[in-house]
Amino acid sequence: MEKKEHIISILVHNKPDVLARIAGILGGKGYNIESLCVNTTTSYEISKIVMTTIGNQATITRIENQLRKFVDVIAVNNLTNVESIHREMILVRLNLSADSREQVTKTIETYQWKVIVSADAYVILEITGDKPQIDFALARLEPLGIADITRTGIIALELEN
Amino acid sequence: MKLKGTQILLKILEEEKVEIIFGYPGGTVLDIYDRLYKSKIKHILVRHEQGAVHAADGYARATGKVGVCLVTSGPGATNTVTGIATANMDSIPLVVFTGQVPTFLIGNDAFQECDITGITRPCTKHNFLVRNIEELASTIKEAFHIARSGRPGPVLVDLPKNVMAAEINYDPAKIKFRNYDTFHKPAPKKMAHVYEMLAHAQKPLIVTGGGVILGKASAELTALARRYQIPVTGTLMGIGSFPGMDPLWLGMLGMHGTYYANMAVSHCDLLIAVGVRFDDRVTGTIDTFATNAEIVQIDIDPSSINRNVVVDLPIIGDTKATLKDMIKFLTEHNYAPQASYRKEWLDQIAIWKEKVPLSYCRDGRFIKPQHVIETLHKIAQGNIIVTTEVGQNQMWTAQFFPFDEPNTLVTSGGLGTMGYGLPAAIGVKCAFPDKHVVDIAGDGSIQMNIQELATAAQYKINVKIVLLNNGYLGMVRQWQELFYEKRYSHTDMTYAPDFVKLAEAYGVVGLRATKPAEVEKTLREGLAIEKPVLMDFQVSREECVYPMVGPGSSISDMKLGTREMIN
Repeated sequence: MEKKEHIISILVHNKPDVLARIAGILGGKGYNIESLCVNTTTSYEISKIVMTTIGNQATITRIENQLRKFVDVIAVNNLTNVESIHREMILVRLNLSADSREQVTKTIETYQWKVIVSADAYVILEITGDKPQIDFALARLEPLGIADITRTGIIALELEN
Repeated sequence: MKLKGTQILLKILEEEKVEIIFGYPGGTVLDIYDRLYKSKIKHILVRHEQGAVHAADGYARATGKVGVCLVTSGPGATNTVTGIATANMDSIPLVVFTGQVPTFLIGNDAFQECDITGITRPCTKHNFLVRNIEELASTIKEAFHIARSGRPGPVLVDLPKNVMAAEINYDPAKIKFRNYDTFHKPAPKKMAHVYEMLAHAQKPLIVTGGGVILGKASAELTALARRYQIPVTGTLMGIGSFPGMDPLWLGMLGMHGTYYANMAVSHCDLLIAVGVRFDDRVTGTIDTFATNAEIVQIDIDPSSINRNVVVDLPIIGDTKATLKDMIKFLTEHNYAPQASYRKEWLDQIAIWKEKVPLSYCRDGRFIKPQHVIETLHKIAQGNIIVTTEVGQNQMWTAQFFPFDEPNTLVTSGGLGTMGYGLPAAIGVKCAFPDKHVVDIAGDGSIQMNIQELATAAQYKINVKIVLLNNGYLGMVRQWQELFYEKRYSHTDMTYAPDFVKLAEAYGVVGLRATKPAEVEKTLREGLAIEKPVLMDFQVSREECVYPMVGPGSSISDMKLGTREMIN
């Protein structure tokens, strides 16, 4: 069966060891969590975990069934097979020098990237988009000299519940 | 009413009708033990915490109730891990209370501190670290609920010393927790589907598993099989869920299954699996398992379905409710097997049974382990619950002791834990003091928890040990004989204590039989003595368990031992 990336959205009770349990069940079966995002929902008591992992459909179904067995898991949704939108965010710091300043400024203008901090020696950009958009931005940023970067995991939402 | 944590614990244990705790005290649980000193709840002091968990597990398997343990923090807690994993693999409801260092010391590498919830996360159904007194009562209640609901399992509750010493206004009305009961009633259209499959099947077969015993569905399963004359085979955990003396019973399937059970699986055209998770010891190579059959799988746990064997009709449901529905539907729709087809199928099975029955070569000089087990069955007259250790002793028991009732074979199936049988027998005997409770053991396994003889002696828990002593780690030796050209690497255990003297040293009666003629006399004497008894049967050393399906083979491809020439 074909292996592909699956985005799994999990509603859980916001308790100290829930993430450890979920990571344990995947790690124990030899699956890597490719990306991960966790935060509370409109209720502090309930968190949503969005994670991506790579596997074939049968294995992913098995993982979903295992996840559903956890006492603190409320719901498990595989967003790969339903219409959903996906976003990631990066924060990037570019160092500025006399040589690079003009090139950096021009590139930022061209792609209309959002500058959230601007200083003499550096700028920090905030870029959001789906995976191809982020990959595209990174390819353009690379030649400018990335001093540091943080990339979030994928967050995703179904178009209809 | 203001109560301390320790009082709340005992109060809820009483509410949960806990009759007995298997435990071992220590620093962090001193306050709980002080409460226990004045409590009505019986406590059995084991000699090792692993023994406490196995004893609680044996008690749970024999009674269907939740088994309870209490141990201290650190090493006390880590010693429970093998017992917890054993219960987890076989879905046995337990609540294990572990002491923990005070919350303000957690994470400081305090004396006898360990992260037991972290360690047991993968081998419990759920676990809790109680962080404050406010959540103590609801957590304990929830632990019992989780242990026994849906597919049962062990739950660990870690109790920091300061939480147990704290005081709170205890109001039972305010205890709240979520309901996890995963009770499923299957859709009617599934029953119509089963009906269709049965109507078309010429060679149906039922495979019964541990889920039938846990789901208390033996009566329904037996009624279904008998009414429609469907032969039944079972996994190790399913033994006892269908009467072992019934002509429709084919014995166990799988690696050490009977010839006729494995042949029936390979030739059937409809396989109805009830409460079975298709362990690799059951299926042999998956590609060749029941290739001629459509498969129906009934299980309460969706994660057990389609995991190892891909099935044609999955039914997620409580085994008892599902079988009841199935019988009702079949009755209402006047299902009747086509007599000629069913006769042909049962005749075929009879031919297989006659061709290769379960057997062994009798020998005038040496005691055969199978002979000991058969004799035990004969003289116990049904008034017996058997526990086993793991290895040859366990497989011979499964083969040669017919179990007619559920919850009468208590054995570690999934994890295969050596050292399980003796402490489990102690737990069983506490629940059934009037039944014979016999641990069928090997000389390797028995030494793994032999210290529990002291527990049996102290409390006059009159368990009996039938030791099949061959001076080897017999099952491993068997594999070395068959698959490693008889290189017996580190399986010779002839250096062992004199078990009769050892038993006597513990205050237990020791008996010995060295000749076949002494077997029955020794067993009768051992069962009659009103004390714990260890019976040391010096059996023929290199006896093998047959049939045997080799690793990586189809279950229809069996080594039959002395009967090999027939196949």
